[in-house]
Amino acid sequence: MLNFTAFIPRAVAQGMPLLYGSTGETITQKAGNLNLGIPGVMYVGAISGVIGSFLYERSVVASAALNPALAVGIPLLSCLFGSLVMGLIYCFLTVTLRANQNVTGLAMTTFGVGFGNFFGGSLIKLTGADVPSITLSRTSNVFRTVLPFANSTGWFGKVFLSYGFLAYLGILIALIAAHVLKRTRTGLHLRAVGESPATADAAGINITGYKYAATCLGCMIAGLGGLYYVMDYMNGVWSNDAFGDRGWLAIALVIFTIWRPDVGIFASILFGGLYILYLFLPTGENLSVKELYKMLPYIVTIIVLIFTSIRNKRENQPPASLGLAYFREER
Amino acid sequence: MQTAKREPLIHMTKRKELGSLQSWGVRLLAILLAAVVCAVVTGLITGINPLHFYQTMASGSLGTARRRWTMGKEMAVLLCISLALTPAFRMRFWNLGGEGQILIGALATAACMILLGDQLPGPVLILVMILSAVAAGAVWAAIPALCKARWGTNETLFTLMMNYVAIQLCAYYIIVWEVPKGSGKIGIINQSTEAGWLPVIGNRYLLTVLVAAVLTVFMYIYLAYSKHGYEISVVGESEATARYVGIKVGKVILRTLLLSGAICGLTGFLLVSGTDHTLTTTLAGGKGFTAVMVAWLAQFNPLGMVLSSFLLVFMSQGAAEISKIYGLNQSYGDILTGIILFFIIGSEFFIRYQLHFRKSAGKEARADA
Amino acid sequence: MPAVRMRGITKTFGAVCANSKVDLDIYKGEILALLGENGSGKTTLMNMLSGIYFPDEGQIFIGEQEVSISSPREAFGYGIGMIHQHFKLVDVLSATENIILGLPGKLDIPAAAKKIREICSTYGFDVDPDQKIYEMSVSQKQTVEIVKVLYRGADILILDEPTAVLTPQETEKLFAVLRKMREDGKAIIIITHKMHEVEELSDRVAVLRHGEYIGDMMTKDTNAQEMTNMMVGRAVTLNIERPDPVDPKPRIVIEGLTVRSADGIKRLDDVSFTANSGEILGIAGISGSGQKELLEAVAGLQVCESGSISYLDESGEKHELVGMGPLEIAGLGVQLSFVPEDRLGMGLVGNMDLSDNMMLRSFRVGRSPFTDRKSPRKLAEQVVDDLEVLTPGITTPVRRLSGGNVQKVLVGREIASAPTVLLTAYAVRGLDINSSYTIYDLINRQKKAGVAVIYVGEDLDVLLELCDRIVVLCGGRVSGIVDGRTADKNRVGLMMTRVGGGEERADS
Repeated sequence: MLNFTAFIPRAVAQGMPLLYGSTGETITQKAGNLNLGIPGVMYVGAISGVIGSFLYERSVVASAALNPALAVGIPLLSCLFGSLVMGLIYCFLTVTLRANQNVTGLAMTTFGVGFGNFFGGSLIKLTGADVPSITLSRTSNVFRTVLPFANSTGWFGKVFLSYGFLAYLGILIALIAAHVLKRTRTGLHLRAVGESPATADAAGINITGYKYAATCLGCMIAGLGGLYYVMDYMNGVWSNDAFGDRGWLAIALVIFTIWRPDVGIFASILFGGLYILYLFLPTGENLSVKELYKMLPYIVTIIVLIFTSIRNKRENQPPASLGLAYFREER
Repeated sequence: MQTAKREPLIHMTKRKELGSLQSWGVRLLAILLAAVVCAVVTGLITGINPLHFYQTMASGSLGTARRRWTMGKEMAVLLCISLALTPAFRMRFWNLGGEGQILIGALATAACMILLGDQLPGPVLILVMILSAVAAGAVWAAIPALCKARWGTNETLFTLMMNYVAIQLCAYYIIVWEVPKGSGKIGIINQSTEAGWLPVIGNRYLLTVLVAAVLTVFMYIYLAYSKHGYEISVVGESEATARYVGIKVGKVILRTLLLSGAICGLTGFLLVSGTDHTLTTTLAGGKGFTAVMVAWLAQFNPLGMVLSSFLLVFMSQGAAEISKIYGLNQSYGDILTGIILFFIIGSEFFIRYQLHFRKSAGKEARADA
Repeated sequence: MPAVRMRGITKTFGAVCANSKVDLDIYKGEILALLGENGSGKTTLMNMLSGIYFPDEGQIFIGEQEVSISSPREAFGYGIGMIHQHFKLVDVLSATENIILGLPGKLDIPAAAKKIREICSTYGFDVDPDQKIYEMSVSQKQTVEIVKVLYRGADILILDEPTAVLTPQETEKLFAVLRKMREDGKAIIIITHKMHEVEELSDRVAVLRHGEYIGDMMTKDTNAQEMTNMMVGRAVTLNIERPDPVDPKPRIVIEGLTVRSADGIKRLDDVSFTANSGEILGIAGISGSGQKELLEAVAGLQVCESGSISYLDESGEKHELVGMGPLEIAGLGVQLSFVPEDRLGMGLVGNMDLSDNMMLRSFRVGRSPFTDRKSPRKLAEQVVDDLEVLTPGITTPVRRLSGGNVQKVLVGREIASAPTVLLTAYAVRGLDINSSYTIYDLINRQKKAGVAVIYVGEDLDVLLELCDRIVVLCGGRVSGIVDGRTADKNRVGLMMTRVGGGEERADS
C-alpha cells in the first residue's frame, strides 16, 4: 500500500519545478508564442542562481552564518536575470525578427542546457575555487527553511507545511496567473493577442509589448523552477544533466491543463507523483519495471493530447495563432 | 518607442524576394558575425586569442585523418537524421521525434543481435536487423501521424513525448539485457562472435558515410521530381487544395511519416550495428533535435544540408578540442552552436524584410529598396 | 472645413505602389463612397487613416492639426474607427469582451454589457453581449463590429465593403443605421463596388484608379456609367452578355440531397434540382447557406447523408456520383473551380509557380513514379496566352500575381481539361470590373460549347444578368428556382431569407 504521508511531499517536491515551468509556458503560449526553449531557460535559471549563490557563499567565511536576506536574494535575482535574458533572446528573434518559433526554441534549449552544464562543470575551475564540487548546502538550508511548528503537527505538517518558501510561491504565482488571465483586462488583452493578433492590433493593443512582457515573465517564472530544483529539491547540489527532461514535461503539462495555471497546481503534483511512482510501487526483484513506470507522465500527456483533439471543443484548443509570427503589414 | 510625433524611427516592410545568391550572402554574413562573437566570448572566458581559437577549432575537427573520419561519421549520422525529418517538415509536419525514432530502431537492432545472434547466419541476421529497425522507426513515427491525420492532434508535442517513451523503453530493456548483471549497461553486444556487426569496408566509418551520401541523393530526387514529393509539397502548402485535387491528405501524412521514421530507424541500425555495437539511452545524443536545425538552416533542401550539417559538426568537434585543451566542460560546444544558430535564425529576417530609417530632417523619404 | 484632410499620401508594398500622392477630404454629416477597381488602393488608403499601415509619404490633418497615426489606438484617439472587410474579432471571446478589447481601465463586464445594450437600443441593433463570436452569423458579427466602433465614441466611421456578406434586407437595415449616424453628425466612408448602393446611400463619391486619386463629385450630379468610366479610365459597357441556352439536356440531376457538417449541423436539407448542358445555372443565397457544401458534394469532397446526384453523359447513360471519389468524378469531366475568400486557399498553391499549379490536375498521369514537367509547362504557357494572364513568366509563384490573374489561372486550368460540367463559386470575388467581364466571357464560352455550368455568385445583380436559371438556397434548403430572364430582384432577395419567399414556389 502506498504510504501517502511519504508519497505526497515527494510528489509535491517533484511537481514544483514542473508547476513553475508550466505556469511560465502557459503565459507565454497565451501570447501566441510556443517557447520550446523552456527546458533551456530552466537550466539557465538554475545555473544563474547557482553562480550567484556560489560567489556569495565563497565571499562569506565558512564558519560565519549567511545573511538570510542575501542568501535568498542573490540567487533569486541572478536566476530571474538569467531567465530574463533568455526570454529577451527568444522575443527578439521570434517577435522582433519574426523567426520560426520551433527552431528558435530548440536552439535556446541547446544553448541553455549547454550553458548550464558548461558553468556547472567549469565554474570551479573558472573561479579558481578549491572545492571538489558545487554544493551550496548553506544557501539551500535557507531556501528549505520551514515554519518552526511544522514538524510538530504530524501528518498534516508533513503533507502541507514541510516545504520551502519557493513551493508556496509557485502555487501563489499559478493562482495569480489564473486570476489575471481570466478576470482582468490585461488577461483579456493577452488572450486576444494569442488568439488573433490582427484583431488585438486593430483594437489598439500593443502586440509587441504584450508578447515581450508575457514571454519574458514566463521565462522568469520557469527559471524559478530551475532554482527550486537545485536549491530545494537537490539540497543545493548541482550535477550536470540532473534536471533532465523536466522542461519538456512542463510543456506537456501546459497541454494537460488545457492552458489553465490553477489546474496546473494539481496537475503538476499529479505529474510529480507519476514521475516518482516507481519508487513506491512494488517491483519485487525486477528493477527494470521501474523504467516502465517512468513512462507514465508522458503516456498520460499523449492520451490527454489525443483526447482533447478528438473532443475538439473550442475553448479547450491551443491559442489560435500559437507558433505564428505577426506582421501588421502582411498582405 | 517613438522619438517624435512625426513618424516611427524605424519602420519595416516586406521585401520583394531576394535572389538566392543574396540570401546566401546574408546567411554567410550572419555566420561570420557569429564567428566573431564566439571568438570574443571564448576570449573573455579563457583568454585565448581569436585567431588561435579558430586554429584550434580547425585542427580539432579536421587536423588529422582520424579526426576527419570522425567528423565525416558525425556528419553522416546527422545528415541521415536531417534527411529523415525533411519530408515531414516539407509537409509542415513538425516531427520532433527523431530522437525516439532512432532509439526505437536501435532497440530493434539490438534485440535482433541479442536474441537471434547465434541462431541466424550472418547475412540473414543483418537483413532481419535492418527490416526490424526500419519497421520499428516507421511505426514510432506513424502513431502521431495517424492521430494527426485522423483528429488533427498537435504533432509537435506528440512526437516530443514519444521520445521519452522510447527512452524509457530502451532503459527498460537495457536492464533486462544488462551484462554483467547489476551494471545497468549492456556492454558490447556479441563481442566474441561479432554476429550482427556490419562488415568493415575500408574503414569503420566509410559505410555510414556512403549510406548518407546515397540517402542525400535519393531524398533530393524524391522530393523534387517524384509524384510523392509533389504531393508532399501540396499538402504542406495547403491541405484544402490537396483535398480538392483528390490527394488523400491522411494517406500522404501517414506515408511520409512512415518514410521519415523508417530512415530514423535505419540510422539507429547504423549506429548500433555499424559503429557502437551497444545500446544506451543517449545513443542519439540529442541529434534528433540538432537535425531539426540542420534541416531548417538548409531551408529543407537536401543538398544544402550537407553544408549545414558540416557547420554544426565542425562547431561541436572544434569546441570539444577547445574544451579539452583548456580543461573546460565539453558542453562549451553547445553554447557556441547556440550562438551561431541565434545569428542565422535572426538573419532570415533580413532576407524577408527591410527596414526604413527615418530621415533626420523629418521630411519623409524612403530608404531605397 | 473638412473633418479629415489627407494630402500627398504615398504607400508602397515591395515593388507594388498601392497609393501615389492621394489627396482626400472627409466631412462630418456626410456619407462618402470611396470607389475604385480592385487593387486601386482604397483599403490601403483607409488602413493608413485607421493606423494599420503607416504612409511612406504625405500628411494627414484632423481639423487644423497635422497628425501622425502610427497605431489603431492613436486612430481611436482621433475618433476614427474602421470596420474591416474581414472582421477583426476574436472567435472564442464574447461580444462584450470583443467590444471592450483594447480599452484601458478595470475590467467590468456587466457595466460594459449595460452600455452595449444602451447603444443597441439607440440604433436598433440586435446583439447578445454574452454570446461568443464563433456562434454568430456573419451579419451579427458585423453588428458587433459597428457597436465596437460606436462604443469607443468614434465620429469618423470607415466601412470596407460592408454589404458583401449581407442579404438585400440586411443591407437595407445597415443603410438605415448609417443614415441615422449621418444625422448624428458623424462622418462615414464606405468602400464598395456596387454602383446601385453608391447611388442609393452616398452624398459624395471619390474615385481611385491604380493607386491615384482621380476626383470626386456629388452623387446626385453623376450616374453609374460615369462613375464606372472614371474607375476604369475608359468607357465600358455594363451589360453582361447572355446567349440562349445551347441544346439543353439534363446533365446533373440532384434528388433529395442531405449533407451534414462534421459537427452534425445540417448544411443541405433535401435539395433537388437539375443542371442542363449548354446552360448556366446560378446558385443564390446568403453566404453559408450551403453553396460550398453543394458544390463539394457534386465534386465528391463531401460525405452525403442521403439523396442522389446523377450524372448523365452524352449518350444519356446515368452515373451515380454519391459514393465516388473526387478523382473518379473529375474523370467524368466534372470540374470544380472554387474561389475562396483568400483566393489561394483552395485550388491553387501560392508558393508554387504556374506550371507546378497546372500539374495539380494532371500529375498522376502515367505509371512512372516521377512527375511529367513538360506538359504542364506547355499548358501554363497556353493559359497565359489565351487568357492574357499578366505574369513575369510561368516560373513566378502564383501568390505574387494579382487577384484577377490568379483567378484566370484557376478557371483556365479547369477549363483546359475540357469539362462537361463546370462548377464555379465566387469566380469574380474581389475582382474589378474589367477582370470580372473576362471571367463572365470565359464562362459564356463554356456554355456555348455545351458545358453545364453551375455558377455560385454573391452579387444578385450579376446572377440575374448572367444565369439562365437560378436556384435560391436558404439555410441549406431550396427556397425556389427562378428564371434568370424574368425574376424580380426583390423577390429573390426575400427567398434568400425565407424558404419560398413567403409566396408560392416559382417555376422549376
